[in-house]
Parts: sequence; C-alpha cells; structure tokens
Amino acid sequence: MIIGTPRETADGERRVAMTPSSVRQLSKLGHACKIESGAGEFARFPDGEYVDAGAEIVGNANLLWESSDVVCKIRPPVESEVDLIRGGQTLISLVYPAQNESLLKNLNSRGATVLAMDMVPRISRAQKMDVLSSMANIAGYRAIIEAGNNFPRFFTGQITAAGKVPPAKVLVIGAGVAGLAAIGAAVSLGAIVRAFDVRPEVAEQIESMGAEFLFLEFEESGSGEGGYAKPSSPEFREKQLALFRSQAPDIDIVVTTALIPGMDAPKLWLEDMVLAMKPGSVVVDLAAERGGNCDLTVPDQKIETSNGVTIIGFTDFPSRMATQASNLFATNVGHMIADLTPDKDGVLVHDMDDDVIRGATVAKCGEITFPPPPPKIQAIAKPPQKAPELTPEEKREAEIAAYKKTTREQVAMLVVGAVLLLAAGMFAPESFMQHFTVFVLACFVGFKVIWGVAHALHTPLMSVTNAISGIIILGALLQIGSASTLIAVLAGISVLIATINVVGGFLVTRRMLAMFQKS
Amino acid sequence: MGIGIITAAYIVAAVLFILSLGGLSNQEKAKRAVWYGIFGMALAIGATVLGPGIGNFQYLVPLVLVGAAIGVVVAQRVEMTGMPQLVAALHSFVGLAAVFIGLNADMSLSLAEAAIEAGTVDELKNFAAIVAKKTPVEISIMLVEIFLGIFIGAITFTGSVVAFGKLAGKVDGKPRKLPGGHALNAIATLACIVLGYLYLDGAGIWTMVAVALIAGFIGWHLIMGIGGADMPVVVSMLNSYSGWAAAAIGFTLGNDLLIVTGALVGSSGAILSYIMCRAMNRHFVSVILGGFGGTAISTGEIEGEQVAIDAEGAATLLEDADEIIIVPGYGMAVAQAQSAVSELTNRLRSKGKNVRFGIHPVAGRLPGHMNVLLAEAKVPYDIVLEMDEINEDFPSTDVAIVIGSNDIVNPAAQEDPNSPIAGMPVLEVWNAKSVIVSKRGQGTGYSGIENPLFYKENTRMYFGDAKASVNQLLAILN
Repeated sequence: MIIGTPRETADGERRVAMTPSSVRQLSKLGHACKIESGAGEFARFPDGEYVDAGAEIVGNANLLWESSDVVCKIRPPVESEVDLIRGGQTLISLVYPAQNESLLKNLNSRGATVLAMDMVPRISRAQKMDVLSSMANIAGYRAIIEAGNNFPRFFTGQITAAGKVPPAKVLVIGAGVAGLAAIGAAVSLGAIVRAFDVRPEVAEQIESMGAEFLFLEFEESGSGEGGYAKPSSPEFREKQLALFRSQAPDIDIVVTTALIPGMDAPKLWLEDMVLAMKPGSVVVDLAAERGGNCDLTVPDQKIETSNGVTIIGFTDFPSRMATQASNLFATNVGHMIADLTPDKDGVLVHDMDDDVIRGATVAKCGEITFPPPPPKIQAIAKPPQKAPELTPEEKREAEIAAYKKTTREQVAMLVVGAVLLLAAGMFAPESFMQHFTVFVLACFVGFKVIWGVAHALHTPLMSVTNAISGIIILGALLQIGSASTLIAVLAGISVLIATINVVGGFLVTRRMLAMFQKS
Repeated sequence: MGIGIITAAYIVAAVLFILSLGGLSNQEKAKRAVWYGIFGMALAIGATVLGPGIGNFQYLVPLVLVGAAIGVVVAQRVEMTGMPQLVAALHSFVGLAAVFIGLNADMSLSLAEAAIEAGTVDELKNFAAIVAKKTPVEISIMLVEIFLGIFIGAITFTGSVVAFGKLAGKVDGKPRKLPGGHALNAIATLACIVLGYLYLDGAGIWTMVAVALIAGFIGWHLIMGIGGADMPVVVSMLNSYSGWAAAAIGFTLGNDLLIVTGALVGSSGAILSYIMCRAMNRHFVSVILGGFGGTAISTGEIEGEQVAIDAEGAATLLEDADEIIIVPGYGMAVAQAQSAVSELTNRLRSKGKNVRFGIHPVAGRLPGHMNVLLAEAKVPYDIVLEMDEINEDFPSTDVAIVIGSNDIVNPAAQEDPNSPIAGMPVLEVWNAKSVIVSKRGQGTGYSGIENPLFYKENTRMYFGDAKASVNQLLAILN
C-alpha cells in the first residue's frame, strides 16, 4: 500500500502526521510512503530527512491524494480535501465524528474508509495508538510552561539573602492525561500543586504525581463510560464551585482541563473566582476549544483581566511543540497501521471484529459505522469497597463474640474427646491405656511445637521429622532376632531402609541448615 | 542392659526429639536442634540394640552399616533442587518398613500361639515372648493396631512413590484418576475394613497381605489424583502418615518411644499441612481429594497484550531503581538460577540498592523450598522475607522482579471472584512501579489459568530461561 501525508492546511497548524522515523516504521510493514513537499517544515523535518528514510516527496496535495491508498493527516479534512478523496481510499486522521456530522456524511458519500484516531477506544491494548493521550500529555506540560512564561514569580519557594520567596500554588482541575501531565510538570518545577477531579478513583493517580487531591465530601461519583467524566448533578456542582471559590484567593496558577465527551466544556472557574485571584495570577484553559472552563476565556487568545489576571485560551498547545507532537502522533498512527497490517506484508486487513479497529472506524465502504458499540472494558478498575471502620464498642463486642466462640469450640472438643477416651477406657485393658496416654500427650506436644517453627525452616522441619520417623527401625530391631527366617528377613530389610531414612534425613537437614547464613 | 535403663534412654531420646523439632523456630537454634535429633536417634537405637532379646547381630550390623552408607551418599549427592523428591522417597521407606513390621508382628503372634499349644513358651525369644503373655483382649487390640499399621504404612509407601515420581518429573504432574474416582477409593477403603474385620475373626495373614495391596492401590490412586501444584501439601501429609504408621507399630510392639515419636511426627506433619493449606486459602479435604490442578473453572479472559523487554531494558530499569524486591518461584528452581540470582543480588546491593526477597508460603514444590535454594546460593536470610512481611512494601518499590513464579503473583486471586485461585493470598507485585517478569514462554502456571499481571501496563516480560536471563543481566550490569 502507498501511504501518503499531505501538508496540514489549517492556519497555525505546525504538526505533521508522518515523520522520518515513522516512515522507517511503515516501510518495515511493507508499505511505501509519500509525503507532500514541505509538510514537515514547521515540525523541523526537512524534505531531505524523509528522502533519507525512504519516502518519496510529492510536489503538491492533489498529486499526493491521487496517488495514495492511505492518507494520514492530523486535522479533520477541510472541504477542499474532502473533494480530493476517492472511493476505496482510506483516511486516517482526527475526525471528531460526534461534532462533525456533515463532514462524516460527506466523507462517506465519497465511498472512503475513515479511521478516526480520536475514536480509538480507551482500553489498555489501544494505548499505543491513543493520540488524544499523546496530545493531552503535551498540552498539560505546555500549559505549565505557558503559565510560567506569564507568571511574574518563581515556582519554587526559596530563602535567599534578598528575602524569602514563597512557592507558587498551582490548582489543576480535571486529572485526565493533560491534568496529570500538568501536575507532573508543575511539581518538578517546585510548585505546591493541588488537583481536583469529579472521579474519586483518580485520587490515587493525583497523589502519585505528587499533588494534593482536593477531597469533596459528596456521595456521587463523576465517572462515566470508558474512564471519562460524566455531567454532575446541580447539588454536586454547587459544592464543587464552593470548593474552588475558597481556593481562588490562595492560588497563583489555575490549569483547567475538564471535558465531558460530546458536550461543551463545563464552566468551573467563574468570573467571581477570577476576580478573587491575586494580580499576576495565571489561568490556563485547556478546554478553550470547546468553550472553555473559565467564564472569561477567549479561545486562541491571551487576555488580561481588570485585576491583572492573565487568562490563556490557546487551543494549539500540541502544535506549539510541533516536533514532539508530530513524533508522538506519527508513532501512534504507525501503530494503528501496524495493527491493520497483521502479516507485515503491506496488505491492509480491516478486521471489524477487532475492538480497537472497530471503534476507530467511522465509515467503511459507503456505510457510516459511527457510533461504535460501547467499549466492553472499563478503563480504570473500580477501587475495592473499603470495610466500614468499626467503633471501639463494636470491636470490643466482636472480640467478646470471637472469644466466646473459641471457648465454646474448645469446650465442645474437650468434652467429645473426654467421652471418647472414657469409652475407650471402659473396654481397653490397662496396658493399652498407658500407651494411649503417652500417645495423646505426644500428639499434643507435636501440635504445640510446630506452630513456633519459622516459615523459612519448613523444608528442614519436614526433612528432620522424616529422619525422626525412621525411629520405626526400633520395631525392626525388636524383631530381627526372631527364630523365623521370614520374620528375620523382613525385619532385616526394614532395618536397612529405615537406616537409609535416618542417616539420609539427618545429613540432608544438616546440609540445608548449614547454608543459612546472616548477611 | 536392664529394662529400666532402656526406658530411661527412651525418655531422654523423646525429650531430645521434641527439642529438635522445637529448635527449628529460628535458623541459629536450628543448627543445634539437628544434633539433638541425631543424638536422640543414636541413643534410642543404641539402647534397643543393647537391650534384651536382640539377636542375629551378624546380619544386623552390616545392614545398619550399608544403610548408613547409602544414606550418606544420597544426602551428599542430592541437588538442593531435588530436595522435595528426596524427602518423598525417604517417606516411602518408612511406609514400607511399617508394612513389613506389621506383617512380622502377625507372624510372631502365630509363633507364640503355636508355642503356647506346644508348651514351649519359655523357648520363645524377643517379641514373640512378649506376645505370648498377652490376654485375649490385648491380642485383639493388637490385631487392630497391626491392621492400622499396615494400612497406613502401605498408603504412605505407594503415595510417596507417586509423589516422588511427580516431583522428579518421572510421572506426569497432571491429576489423573481412574474411572470411578473417589468412589473407587471409598470402595477400596471399605474392602480393607471388611478384610480387617475378617482378620480379627481369625482369618489369617492373607487378609493383611490383601490389605497391604489394596491400601497400596489407594495411596497410588489418591496421589495420582492430586495436581503438581498441591505437592507441597501432599509431601507434608505423607510425612504425617509416616508418623502415624510408626505410632501404630509402636502400639503393636508396646514400645513407648515409637509411640511418642510417631505421634510427634504425625501431628507436626498434620499441622504443617494445615498451615500450608491456609496459606493457599484451600480446604485440607479438597486438596487431599484433589482435582484442583486439572479443569479450571475460569481461565480469565484478559484484555491487553504482553510487553516484552530485553536484557538491556531490564538492566536500565534496575540501574534506576533504589528499592528492588525479587519474587522467586518454581521456575527459578527448575532453571537452577539461584546462584545467578544471588550474584545479581550482590551486584545490586553493592551499588547501594536495597534488594529484598519476597517468598510466598507455597512458592516451589515444598514448603520453604525457595528459602532452601536461596540459602544454598548464599543469599543472606535476613533479606529474605515472608509474604506478609513484604506485601505492604510493594507500593514503595521501584522494581519487582518475578523469576519463574506465576500463580503466587496472580492478581486474579484478588480481582476475579470466579477464578479457581480466588481468595488465595498472593504477593502484590503489581503495586510496584514496574515489574519485570522472567519467564520461559507465554504459557500458564501450574494451575493452568491466565495471569493478568503479565498484561498490566507496568509489567515487562523478559522471556527466556531464568538462569540465562539473569546471567545476561549480570553481563550488562557489570
């Protein structure tokens, strides 16, 4: 198959869906690669590097679309690009089919097969092609960098000869991939980081990144399908806003990343919170493209409010780190194509039974296949239910109950044992009962002694008991003097094998124990 | 030597045996404890041999010497990885000896009866002389004891032979049963009881020979039906049986030391089996009746894929780590990788990393199996910790290395209620920041179920023979 990548047409888009290293990755799968001249220019991949990697440079977009079997790009195709698509061609790009219904229809009417990289289901197996995560990771990092660029103070606290510098306080709202990346970047710069998310199960992830999870006392989980958040109830929202309001005067930098699949971004950082912030504070709104989490966000712009708070509403964070973003995106696409080429022979196999491929495919051979069936696997496992804390009284009661129970059991066992012994004593002769006493006491001693044996010494224990059980040799010794030849022979064999047991058992135990040594 | 002195020697021997078992509470005391056992045994045998009624010294002494020589050779030749087999094989000897001695007791009884009829009781020697003085009630009790001794002894014998075969890999480790399964065992046991009843009725020694054969079949069939994963419990249980057999023989012969020692071994083996079953969260009865290792209820469909890593990748992970926990399993024993693992430990420790070992109670094929192997490879025992001691440290661990273990690190035990190992305590390696799994191939563990650990995001599969893999690591870490 010929895989082609055109230059991105959108304004300010610097990324490219194919890099020299992804060209090598695709060639190994048996594909040939074509790229439009200058497509990698802004991502710092000159044409020469593509040629070195084995790709063919094509002069213009029309030629590229015409000659490629598979077209990979980043942004959803614009109208002029849709007109270039032909039937039987495969398009791999971001599509956002839920928001772009007409685009999907147009693509479908041209008979193309469309794989939306944004529709890859969020299951572990598909992580290697999850461009949303790759891009969100960059966006989260870049958000902190942009914030630092506009923040007039240090991130870390310092005590210097010129005075004490307090650390910056960063609040991250929404701990998805972007939020976690932002937390990581801010923590490593030395800021105090707090984070909030409506899904309580991510608290652990937030803490693992070194931030403090702002806990909201409320009986509601905001977890929706596939690991994403779902809309919250009005009561929950009020509590949440009250929490943010109380944080606003204290916080220097806010990074909001809250998104709910298929909806406008929820408004979480309201105007009064912005006004409550100190002058010089920064708000970075990563949800600006979908309307923004902050009331005052202007998409694609950086503004300063009347009280001196900078609000950054850029929507092109990944594109601002075009080299990195292109590398990750192209690798993700490469993995997708690798899954589509199971035999590594350059032949695409579009397996609609594969959960990942099915999920990403939004149109196939003139048929719209969106939305896909819901993913079968939860992205994040539910935390196990914690056992309720017991009050001291309850604990005490449980202890008493357990004590009574064991007492009852022990008494019952003793009674049964005594009755059995009495019954035996009524019939058995005295000589037997004497031996029996010894037997029972020995059982009891064995029972008590073994509980104290260290776990690590169980094998030596077994081997030493094995050696000791060779005591059966006494029985054989007592019989070997018999006048009957048969008895003497059998007893002799018994002596022989019991001796092997005794000597072998003890020596092996010694060998084992001799090896245990302290450091 | 008088009876009084012999009895005194027996008491001392019994005390020494108890001290010997109790001394195993820690490694330092244990070295002394073995000497107690050896001395006790020497005392018991010496006192018996020098006591009255022992004859045929011309055979006895060579037999003991030859047996001792074989014992020395076996004990010195055996590889530490072959320890489970050896213990199982030695158990079979005790079982066989019990059968022989039981049969002998019956024959001595016939001798005594014949002598009483002929009026030559005074000419009887040793055991037959004691028997001749017994009352009819004592005689029938003795017959029951003979029956028990032979029955348990025969089960121990064949059971241990099968366990030996399975552990040594000479018999297929999979559970196998004849058609009829447990019903067959029940019928055989019933037949033994009927034969025992006939024997008490005076049917003669053929009934006991038959009991020995049938009980031998039960032992064989019972252990064949138990999967390889449960072998540690089986070996411990057979250990217990060999004790009970000795105790039963002790009753028959009226020898208190045999009774005491048999009861000690019997009860300690039973408790050990119980402790191990508890560690696996299984019921003793269901282990003994077997069938676990065969058909799995849920093989655990797992989403995701295994991510492989090469030696260099694994070495980099280790270089960057400060806290490392190694979890060895049967695979390490099979590959004889303990020395390489020990060397790896030394190398990492000399780089200032904190390396510890997490040992699951049922890792390997024998309780404490891993400890013995690590000790052989000179891993200091104070960095070798039990599951309960180390489980909560995994979240603060950088790298957990899983070497040849599978079921004991299977998160399905906690996550999948339908899993056949659900509820079994496991080492929670997946809580470590990253996990390196050294494994031969993509197969399943002894229980035959999938292991979701291998598919976790923080798990890297380092495929290859454990020893070769660790040696490769060593070459890079130099």
